[in-house]
Amino acid sequence: MQLTNLTIREAHELLTTKKISSVELTQAMLDRIHDVDKKVKSYVTVTDDLALEQAKKADERIAKGENVTPLTGIPFSMKDCISTRDVRTTCSSKILENYVPQYNATVTNKLADSGAVLVGKTNMDEFGMGSSCENSALFPTHNPWDLERVPGGSSGGAAASMSASLCSFSIGEDTGGSVRMPAGFTNVTGIKPTYGRVSRYGLIALASSFDCIGPMTRDAYDCATVLEHIAGHDPHDSTTYNSPVPNYTANINKPVKGMKLGIPKEYFVAGMEAGVESAMQEAIRTYEKLGMEIHEVSLPHTKYGLPVYYLLLFAEASANLARMDGTRFGLSVSDGAKDVIDIYLKTRHEGFGDEVKRRIMLGAYALSAGYYDAYYLKAQKVRTLLRRDFETAFSKVDILLVPTCPTTAFKLGEKTSDPLEMYLSDIYVVSTNPAGVPALALPAGFSNNMPVGMQLIGKHLDESTLFQVAHAYQQVTDWHKQTPNL
Amino acid sequence: MTQTIDTKTVKHVAFLVRLGISEEEAQKFSGQFSSIIDYFNMLNEVDTENVPPASDIANAENVLREDVVIPSMSREEFLKNAPRSERGYVKVPTVLGDE
Repeated sequence: MQLTNLTIREAHELLTTKKISSVELTQAMLDRIHDVDKKVKSYVTVTDDLALEQAKKADERIAKGENVTPLTGIPFSMKDCISTRDVRTTCSSKILENYVPQYNATVTNKLADSGAVLVGKTNMDEFGMGSSCENSALFPTHNPWDLERVPGGSSGGAAASMSASLCSFSIGEDTGGSVRMPAGFTNVTGIKPTYGRVSRYGLIALASSFDCIGPMTRDAYDCATVLEHIAGHDPHDSTTYNSPVPNYTANINKPVKGMKLGIPKEYFVAGMEAGVESAMQEAIRTYEKLGMEIHEVSLPHTKYGLPVYYLLLFAEASANLARMDGTRFGLSVSDGAKDVIDIYLKTRHEGFGDEVKRRIMLGAYALSAGYYDAYYLKAQKVRTLLRRDFETAFSKVDILLVPTCPTTAFKLGEKTSDPLEMYLSDIYVVSTNPAGVPALALPAGFSNNMPVGMQLIGKHLDESTLFQVAHAYQQVTDWHKQTPNL
Repeated sequence: MTQTIDTKTVKHVAFLVRLGISEEEAQKFSGQFSSIIDYFNMLNEVDTENVPPASDIANAENVLREDVVIPSMSREEFLKNAPRSERGYVKVPTVLGDE
């Protein structure tokens, strides 16, 4: 039995029957990280001491049988944009390289309360800006399935740490596909919940109207378990829903027979890698065999998802990143500065990478006098149309199936010279964020030995159906059980 | 329609977001911005007559609470991350010019 490969529920069973301890499980994970992560480079910070301390406390909880949750004693990693008190939180940026938050994100507190064990913080594209993890200002992360390829982004470190069995679950963050796209590239299951389902308090903001924290796991069942523990209303985030969090695992075994699966025709067009296309056709056949009704649907504004998403993201990011100014926290470059503006200019010039610079400048451009109506306002109007597309589709079907990316993972360096080409790799994942709907990515096979991901998109707050439909697929396939040789 | 974003505009927006920028960078970004903005112009094809802009995404109602004082981070704790501080304040150089 390899401890590092267990699902959450397998580990929970062994922990609660006292066959293993959390300290053993955590130590096994830390040993593997120190052995394997030299190649993958998924972690920015490994929290050995804190992890073993938390594991010991978890073992005490289990010994007393008090307050034991399905996550008690389970080691996890977290994307480095989610605040952890006394643990460096960098957003993989030079500007926050030595930033140690004085407080926890709500998600961090919830996981600590559940007894989960934090083993480290994972690499990402700087401030979440990128689709390959190559925009990390610290170092790039490698795809565990082929070290010459990217893990996807921006939660590339989270996906790689999960894929390489360097944690039992990982917490990512998805602003425009940042959980789902890397999940697809690395053979991991991950969800972007409904906007407002999980608190953003303590998440370092990229685009506040898109940002969603979501778990990355070995399978849909584990994903449901983790979401149950991090979702819910938070007085610190006024955009969180007040409605109770369902027990997502309760109905996960319900048959999918008779449910309506929509296939949006706009996603199945020329340009898709042959192996991705055939994996999607195979998945549709599998659902047909499980008794689902397959319907073609239309999301007519799909091709505008990318410009809408990027324009609004640039605008929101340019405002959100204004706080990185070298006065209250983070890097501060004050040599020869004659006034406070000079500190801003120098600090931001040195502290931000090129992609961050591009995006905040373009955001200011899209919001500036003379261009506001043509870009920002126009994008918000087309966003309304994107949302209506989903509403219309969901009046006919229960759930949608699309790929996570037109290709499998590309090579490091392949798309770094052309920012626009990099943006285009997000074509299948960006539309859900402006619409706010939840979407779950799961493994759907392989093309030229690299993982292919598919995505299920659901109605607002209907994560239960996503988990149920994904779980049904994982009961009759074993793609999600494949692990890379490292 | 190709829209060029010249280096003067790049430098202007860089200053708007308080970002120092070199001549070399301004030239590089100018070319990249033109192709990105050109791509965004695709939105002009969409008829948005009578379409309201999206404004909220989740809960549409106001969220209110009692205005009560609760304990917050101590001044000492807060200043741990400040690059420069003095007598319990964050310190910055001259804000208003002396000319």
